[in-house]
Amino acid sequence: MSGDTILNIRDLKKTFHVRSDGKTHEVHAVNGISLSVQRGETLGIVGESGCGKSTLARVLLGLSSADGGSVTLNGEDLLSRSRRHMARTRLKIRMVFQDPYASLNPRRSVGDSVAETGDIHRIFPTRAERTKQVGDALDQVGLGAKFANSYPHELSGGQRQRVGIARAILPVPDLVIADEPVSALDVSIQAQVLNLLADLKSRLGLTLMFISHDLGVVAKISDRVAVIYMGEVAEIGPARALFTDPRHPYTELLISAIPRPDPSHRITGAVEVSEPPSRLQKLTGCPFRSRCPRATDICATTSPEVREVAPERFVACHHA
Amino acid sequence: MLSVENLVVTVRHGPEIVRGVSFAIEPGEILGLVGESGSGKSMTSLALMGLLPPTLSVTGGSVTLDGADITHLQPHERVRQKNGKVAMIFQEPMTSLNPVLRIGEQIAEAIRVHDPGTPPEPRARELLDMVRIPDAAHQLDAYPHQLSGGMRQRVMIAIALACRPQVLIADEPTTALDVTVQLQVLGLIRDLCDRLHMGVLFITHDLGVVAQLSDRVAVMYAGKLVETADVGPLFRAPLHPYTQGLMDCLPDPTSDAVDMATIRGSAPRPGDIPDGCPFAPRCDRATATCRTGPVPWVQGPDGQTAACHFPLNTKVSA
Repeated sequence: MSGDTILNIRDLKKTFHVRSDGKTHEVHAVNGISLSVQRGETLGIVGESGCGKSTLARVLLGLSSADGGSVTLNGEDLLSRSRRHMARTRLKIRMVFQDPYASLNPRRSVGDSVAETGDIHRIFPTRAERTKQVGDALDQVGLGAKFANSYPHELSGGQRQRVGIARAILPVPDLVIADEPVSALDVSIQAQVLNLLADLKSRLGLTLMFISHDLGVVAKISDRVAVIYMGEVAEIGPARALFTDPRHPYTELLISAIPRPDPSHRITGAVEVSEPPSRLQKLTGCPFRSRCPRATDICATTSPEVREVAPERFVACHHA
Repeated sequence: MLSVENLVVTVRHGPEIVRGVSFAIEPGEILGLVGESGSGKSMTSLALMGLLPPTLSVTGGSVTLDGADITHLQPHERVRQKNGKVAMIFQEPMTSLNPVLRIGEQIAEAIRVHDPGTPPEPRARELLDMVRIPDAAHQLDAYPHQLSGGMRQRVMIAIALACRPQVLIADEPTTALDVTVQLQVLGLIRDLCDRLHMGVLFITHDLGVVAQLSDRVAVMYAGKLVETADVGPLFRAPLHPYTQGLMDCLPDPTSDAVDMATIRGSAPRPGDIPDGCPFAPRCDRATATCRTGPVPWVQGPDGQTAACHFPLNTKVSA
């Protein structure tokens, strides 16, 4: 892919060992994912619970080790970094968490929480500069410097998530990973926060990785979307094209299952939808084949490679 | 059949959380109750069940089931009641199920308490068949952790059905589930509602779910209903600006608009609710009229009703 690649993930693997029924099973949470993120773009990551999307975020942040593959940020290797090195990369990749209630320390003022990363890395030369930068960050997220002395319990859910975002942009990082940042918010507030993220992206030139189970939200905010299934990339493509013309049968299934606010498509009775296989099971071939209407013999034996089926459209399917 | 009249729920020594809510549910009908967090929708449902937390109580209005007043019945009195039962399922099945009991035992327990004349084991198998759990006989021996999220929610529904309820209250039962699994559970609820001729109160914040499942919809804001309508008219021509605002906030990935529509500000906290229309501070149509006094209920052309001085999609002038 051309352009200015900021993050490059190649064949990333993370395996967990899980004991169940007296046996140890290998769960390939991330099973050879390759992705790249261009500077200034929003890459959406979508998939059902347990697909490995949050494990991917944890590996990128260094909260979890990888078992294989490579990750580079601005060409610099992230996986073999030493402790001291890692501390520095933490300034460059930042996280916005799902639950703004749980991710803020209730006993610290909003200003202290926002300044925390900067304090650790001693980026503020003076007390006055710290106050100014914290105020600026709070202004950027639409709260205003006056909130610096507030405590989380005084804020609404939407305001807390704005604090969560302010923490991630002081100092401005190379990459912000937002893991389900609006899932805990009401729809009216969700739209406000999504607009804020889009606005910050253009004002500060942020690069964003937006992880969610909600394909509608992901497709709305992202430039490109990667659909993950059972730890593998099923499809990557431009957001709108992927949403309106899905090429992988799994993407199709996800889109068809979104409840649309349109009563003319009402549910009239029991619906049969296949469920994903257990992650403890060892799979051969295509991980989606047990649920796939297009599956044939080759899907059982050969794991499909991600290939370009149309310009910018990458799909891991033998029949796409 | 289930009729709620002017229900008021109050925090002890504190504000009203539910401020006069009225609706009715007929057999075989799904009423979707939509509202954002803090709107009072969950407290309304707990009040119907007699399960309000100790610091809250019903201080006004009534709940009647087939004409019998059940407003102030204690839980043990509700169990003894032969007819007129209300059952409830919750958002997170894992926190409602006992992790160390096999699911067959948990279903049988509900049958022994609520349906003492029936032999528990065959009935438990029948209930699992009803909620479309494949291989019921085998699944009765499973522990909750061995089931997927969708299967656990089915088990919860089976337990709820053990008392042969006339009304099922479902409080965000699919919010924690993946979309594909959600679709199955919604289909199951529709199917059971039709087959058992049971009324369903389905509480959700998701307008998409409401559109696909409900027959009628009630929209709740700051402890009050602001609009009720059949599902078709509600989505075609809502009267209340809040209802319209909620619909506009839904992400539409196929639209070209860069910015998503929002509702400015946030909902008031209980005890902080302004005089007049509670939505007025966030409403583009609000005038001085909206900020004081009671709000009139207006009727739309397709039977929609809304509490608004300046409703949308109607010729009623102010």
